[in-house]
Amino acid sequence: MSADTDTTNDNTPHSAHDAEGETRRDFMQLLASAFGVIGGALAAWPLINSLNPAKDTLALATVEVDISGIPKGEAKTIMWQGKPVFVRHRTEEEIKMAEAVEVQSLTDKQSDKERVQRPEWLITVGVCTHLGCVPVGQKMTDTRGDYGGWFCPCHGSHYDTSGRIRKGPAPKNLAIPPYEFINDTTIRIG
Amino acid sequence: MGHGPRDGFDNPIIEWVDSRLPIFTMMQKEYGVFPTPRNFNWFWNFGAIAMFMLITMIVTGIVLAMHYTADTKLAFDSVERITRDVNGGWLLRNLHMNGASFFFIAVYIHMFRGIYYGSYKGPRELLWILGVVIFLLMMATAFIGYVLPWGQMSLWGATVITNLFSAIPFVGEEYIMPLLLGGFSIDNATLTRFFALHYLLPFVIFAVVFLHIWALHVTGSNNPLGIEPKGPQDTLPFHPYYTMKDFFGMIVFMILYAWFVFYAPDALGHPDNYIPANPLVTPPHIVPEWYFLPFYAILRAITFNFNLFMLAGLGLLAVFMVEFIWRYKPKYLSGAQGILLLVAGGGLAVFGLLADFNQTWAIPMTASTDVPISAKFGGVLAMFGSIGLLVVLPWLDSHPIRSARFRPLFRVAVLVFTLSVFVLGYAGSQPSDKVYLSACLGDAQACEAIEHGNADHIEAGHEPTVLALDNTMIAQAFTALYFSFFLIILPLLSRFEKGRELPTSIHEAVLAKKQKAGA
Amino acid sequence: MFIRNVLTTLIIGLTSVSAAFASGGDGPAIPSQDWSFSGAFGTYDKAAMQRGYKIYREVCASCHAMKRVYFRNLEALGYNEAQIKNIAAEYTVINKEPNDEGDMFERPALPSDAFISPFANDNAAKYANGGALPPDLSLIVKARGNGSNYITGLLTGYEEHPPHGQEVADGQYWNTYFPGHKLSMAPPLMDGQVSYEDGTPETLDQYAHDVVQFLTWASDPHMEIRKSTGFKVIVFLLMFAGVMLSVKRKIWSDVH
Repeated sequence: MSADTDTTNDNTPHSAHDAEGETRRDFMQLLASAFGVIGGALAAWPLINSLNPAKDTLALATVEVDISGIPKGEAKTIMWQGKPVFVRHRTEEEIKMAEAVEVQSLTDKQSDKERVQRPEWLITVGVCTHLGCVPVGQKMTDTRGDYGGWFCPCHGSHYDTSGRIRKGPAPKNLAIPPYEFINDTTIRIG
Repeated sequence: MGHGPRDGFDNPIIEWVDSRLPIFTMMQKEYGVFPTPRNFNWFWNFGAIAMFMLITMIVTGIVLAMHYTADTKLAFDSVERITRDVNGGWLLRNLHMNGASFFFIAVYIHMFRGIYYGSYKGPRELLWILGVVIFLLMMATAFIGYVLPWGQMSLWGATVITNLFSAIPFVGEEYIMPLLLGGFSIDNATLTRFFALHYLLPFVIFAVVFLHIWALHVTGSNNPLGIEPKGPQDTLPFHPYYTMKDFFGMIVFMILYAWFVFYAPDALGHPDNYIPANPLVTPPHIVPEWYFLPFYAILRAITFNFNLFMLAGLGLLAVFMVEFIWRYKPKYLSGAQGILLLVAGGGLAVFGLLADFNQTWAIPMTASTDVPISAKFGGVLAMFGSIGLLVVLPWLDSHPIRSARFRPLFRVAVLVFTLSVFVLGYAGSQPSDKVYLSACLGDAQACEAIEHGNADHIEAGHEPTVLALDNTMIAQAFTALYFSFFLIILPLLSRFEKGRELPTSIHEAVLAKKQKAGA
Repeated sequence: MFIRNVLTTLIIGLTSVSAAFASGGDGPAIPSQDWSFSGAFGTYDKAAMQRGYKIYREVCASCHAMKRVYFRNLEALGYNEAQIKNIAAEYTVINKEPNDEGDMFERPALPSDAFISPFANDNAAKYANGGALPPDLSLIVKARGNGSNYITGLLTGYEEHPPHGQEVADGQYWNTYFPGHKLSMAPPLMDGQVSYEDGTPETLDQYAHDVVQFLTWASDPHMEIRKSTGFKVIVFLLMFAGVMLSVKRKIWSDVH
């Protein structure tokens, strides 16, 4: 926005008065540019923000799940924020297996205690941390991989009974969603 | 564009790009130093304002399209979800729906300026025609867009307007309607194609706007004096003089726009569009959006059929008009023949009209089943004709002086024409049978009875004559005025108006004005 | 006939017989109420909305759905999360998805559920209401011209006896402000019908005022933020316009 080029055929000499005018013009131009930039940014914000999750989407961000019907050794898959959540009712043996692991030997070093609130219930997001596939192993009859947890068929990641990555390309353990036990048979995820 | 010699730039990156694609040179030439008449008034702001509105509509529209669902079962809900649940969705929707109105406001003022100052005249005819094309595309886009929220007005407005195509003889009902609707009525297929077109057309508009501006930069701008700049003393570089002036005007316009968006978002819409579309119930009074009202009034003004007598009469009148009004000197016909033509044409047309009103006369070839142009089709032709006239405007008005400032008669004609467009707009918003003025002639008692709504009690043989000025008559009168402005008044003025003396140059006129103001 | 009309028109021009403007409207003008939400700085009255919601729940909701309002939206009425959860839990809804055995099942409503409709579908609603469909009230204020005042007028405008010479069929009621006056909805509210806990007078006028306050919010839940944002935007634009005018003037000052 340079307006200082004198484009008219004006031949009046530049007096001190004019110079003062110049500074004021520069200041007003700067101010106008500032208004333009700020106004543009403020106007752009609602356009961008509208792409964030809407209120109805956010309202479904928590789900309550009745877990009383899941027998030991079985698991249930729940839809939460468009993703599967694995709720696994672990057997004594599975809990022992999970707790016995030497934490330092793991890729993603987490003890089982850090990953569960109540040992018999393992709740994880059922999305492989490699490239987002859903691992198999929810049913007793499924292939559960070398460590008795889950096995991701896409690129062969093996998870153990605590949902930790043990073998394969996945970099991290299965994520733990925020959840709480409302009572012994109900959990709220999210 | 942008070819020819380059001056080069100091900034190495700009220079690198510009030497390969001279886009900066072009910007500099077309928007930087572009010589622009120095005497623009505020009317010249509205081109830039219309451009700003087009961009606003495209930007808000793209974001809205990300949330909208084009399905008759979901469309209304998805629009409500936008206003209720999407972050800032209420704002985007208000901006878009009021933006349509403000785009039209800007464009109508822009068009008025074009007519008033004769901007359509040579060498700017194509520039003007491209503008009319933009206007038509805007109307199509706005009409289709109004269908998308799938409220009652959406559905029924679309039903009424698409039914216009059924008036096209032979093919309308049977072939064009099903093709347009993708079904037997406005339904899901129609909604999805309308959505696709509503997304596409703005970009077509953008492309035509580009051509419009290109054509403008070939001829240069017209100006309030309507005389061409003769040299550098008559012009200013576009930047910073007009960039800053346009910017200021744009912000003032935005204040008005913002007032509607934030304080009266539904004032320009219709409450019925907040009722979900129902194909079984028609709203009592269907009205289009305000920007279509003058054309809607013209459509409804044609309540009579065009039978062969009328067409023959109008044909003879057209020959008369071409020969004696449009041409400066009659070429083929003598004066006596002209009078004969006028009398015969006028007589036939009036006779045809009377025969149509009085079907009981049973004149052959006037029954509404065997007229070549039915009232319905006539309305459609009149409506499209009213816009089509804008295309040929540069040739209807062949007066050498452009600006209304130097044509006092033309100036009055343009103002009356503008007024007639406003009256037509009002007529379009009212029910056709609305009575403005009525008078009762005859038995005084009977008249009183009618006034009190007890018409049943009037004795036989004492029925008074009730004369009423209703909305249809208003629409017809002003439709006639609208058409005669283009077809009669402008050609006549082109021949007979003398006009005032033009100033020798823009520079002198500006100086004279300044001195007058200073004195 | 036509010629005669033309001739008589001319005669009228000379004799000037009584000419009268035909009135456009139908029925009396709708009285304007004093609303907290009108004007550039208007806000909703939360207490009135809560009372209005109570009226909706106890009276209107037996026939009228409000499908576009969700329990979670009640936050705007001043309820907290726990209260909203309790209100929602008073209703049962049929879950959208079947259970593991493939059966549809009912569960208590959650804040993320929409208000529960009184009828399963429009046909059931019509059947139960003598053929007339009670409209959904979520958008009723926006869907009627001069909505808030009109609905207040409608709720308070019932006349036990229609004016002289007018008859009302069985199952219809005379209403001063309803277009056509014959309305299938029985007078829904009367003095003392809904009990208020905050000591507000339990009168028809008060009820109408409160329920309209609630319905206006339901139609236009973003009114407050819309107006306050608008004020900021316009102030910003006015300042911007002032600065731009000064820049423009300065630039143009050297043009002769």
